[in-house]
Amino acid sequence: MSATPVNRTPRGRTPYRGATSGSGARRAVRTAAAVLVLAVLLFPLYWMIDIALQPGTGLAATDWFPVHADWGNFRRVLDSQGSSLLTSLLVALGAVAVCLALAAPAAYGLARFRLPGTRTIVFGTLITQMVPGMVIANAVYSSYVDLHLVNTYLGLILADASLGLPFSVVLLRSFMAALPHEVIEAAWVDGANRFTAFLRIVLPMSRNALITCGLFTFLFAWSDFLFALTLNTTDDVKPITLSMYEYMGAHVDDWGAVMATAVLAAVPAAVLLVVAQKYVAAGVSGGALK
Amino acid sequence: MTTSAPTSTALVPPRPAVRRRPTAAWLRWGFVAPAVVYMAAFFGYPLVRNVLMSFQHYTPKTFFTGSAPFSGLGNWRAVLDNPLLGQALWHTLVFTVGSLAGQFCIGLALAVFFNGRFRLAGFARAVLLLPWLVPMVVSSVVWRKLLDQDTGVVNTALQDVHLAHSPVHWLSSPSLALLSAILVNIWIGIPFNMVILYGGLQEIPREVYEAAALDGAGPWQTFRRVTLPMLRPVITVVLVLGFMSTIKILDLILALTGGGPADSTQTLGTLTYQLSFQSLDFGQGAVVGTLLVAISAVFAVFYLRANRAEFAGEQ
Repeated sequence: MSATPVNRTPRGRTPYRGATSGSGARRAVRTAAAVLVLAVLLFPLYWMIDIALQPGTGLAATDWFPVHADWGNFRRVLDSQGSSLLTSLLVALGAVAVCLALAAPAAYGLARFRLPGTRTIVFGTLITQMVPGMVIANAVYSSYVDLHLVNTYLGLILADASLGLPFSVVLLRSFMAALPHEVIEAAWVDGANRFTAFLRIVLPMSRNALITCGLFTFLFAWSDFLFALTLNTTDDVKPITLSMYEYMGAHVDDWGAVMATAVLAAVPAAVLLVVAQKYVAAGVSGGALK
Repeated sequence: MTTSAPTSTALVPPRPAVRRRPTAAWLRWGFVAPAVVYMAAFFGYPLVRNVLMSFQHYTPKTFFTGSAPFSGLGNWRAVLDNPLLGQALWHTLVFTVGSLAGQFCIGLALAVFFNGRFRLAGFARAVLLLPWLVPMVVSSVVWRKLLDQDTGVVNTALQDVHLAHSPVHWLSSPSLALLSAILVNIWIGIPFNMVILYGGLQEIPREVYEAAALDGAGPWQTFRRVTLPMLRPVITVVLVLGFMSTIKILDLILALTGGGPADSTQTLGTLTYQLSFQSLDFGQGAVVGTLLVAISAVFAVFYLRANRAEFAGEQ
């Protein structure tokens, strides 16, 4: 929850070296063991890609390596479910926008303004995690019927923003509490009011924490299945998770296409892990909220 | 929720501003109010509404007619008389305890393992996050294929090495399906446990280990007497958070088994979904949902007690 990990890569710290220092052979054994652990734990994801790349439907025995790799499954999936990928992207980006627009000012207010009730609000934010998604869906569905938000992008975006909001408020609040107060005060002296100081000084200084929150909200919203399943009754708004689930139900034996969809749905996670590793690490260790 | 939080905030205590221009209270509340309203609508309101709904009679026609008359304890009686409820409670308990035990033990072992210094440690730690970052439905669908009794690679491999004579009915046997779901959820949860526990291990000062070594403690003694006690706050947080996300799980089971075969993987989460969104009996679904909240609330108390020190420190 602290602000510091955002600027600190895990590798930059000094790990405890007691048991492993010294012997180079021991370290080599550890590296070999790590590779083995990786191989075992990542095998299911490898297998997913392997099946997706095999021609045909994946019913026959699968080769251990995609020697006859072929993009046929991906082509079929993009034809039939490409629009769901776009839906997922739109919904996830929308959820990020809503979440950050709500969380950033609130986090700053809770960190700095000493408003009465701050303690209660932070407490409430922390315990929102115990509200099960199905309970939210139950109640929100009936309200959405009245508000005509069932089967709309706006409805799903608003619901998905709830997946990242508590996490973002808590993370940003710790980060903003640790910002040097002098800089912000200097802006007030220059005549900026709280809001302009927030926009011009606080937000740019919180860039790293904002990126972390944005990335995680994106992932949470992209991964959402429960709200997509419950808040949509037609095919108007169908994110890739729901589309894959329905495709699997309708084409029980077409594993090649199902796995190709799975690969496409897993792409954002993989991309973020590679491109934004430092932010992801900060979010996982800082948030612990999922 | 790492242990580092109190330090970072304690370093910079909010202090009275020197000479600030008076800011209207409405502007200050304007920062906080939108998020508070949103959270009230998407977390607070559903809690209240579920309790109300559990006393109302919903039918498939309700959402056209808008009438859901209050029906006293009708829904509660129907749900409590439903033999599925007992089963779902039991499955939820087994699933949650089994998943947490597996995730935690393997996660802790890996955290200790990666706490050493060797080639690829940082890389491996990062890549191992992947199973946790991938959407849960995706993982479940992949495992559904891996565990497929005829074409799944798990059975092929088991038969190739002669560990099984005939295909194992991982997902189609009522006595095995819940175990399979637990195994899949352990796989999904290992990275999260590993990373948080690894963070906790990193916070333990080196001097403590040096002192233990000077006192002649062996590795196992050091782990039991030094590492575990110092890791306790992090362990509590990991377990309670794991509990709260596991008990309400839906995605995994729907995509893996759909609650079957013969309701053998029906949990409180899937039962709520089934009652509300498949039978369209939102009243009965709300009863199960309310039970789910009540169980979570008991554990939220543990969570808050574990966090009390940090929470008090931040204020």
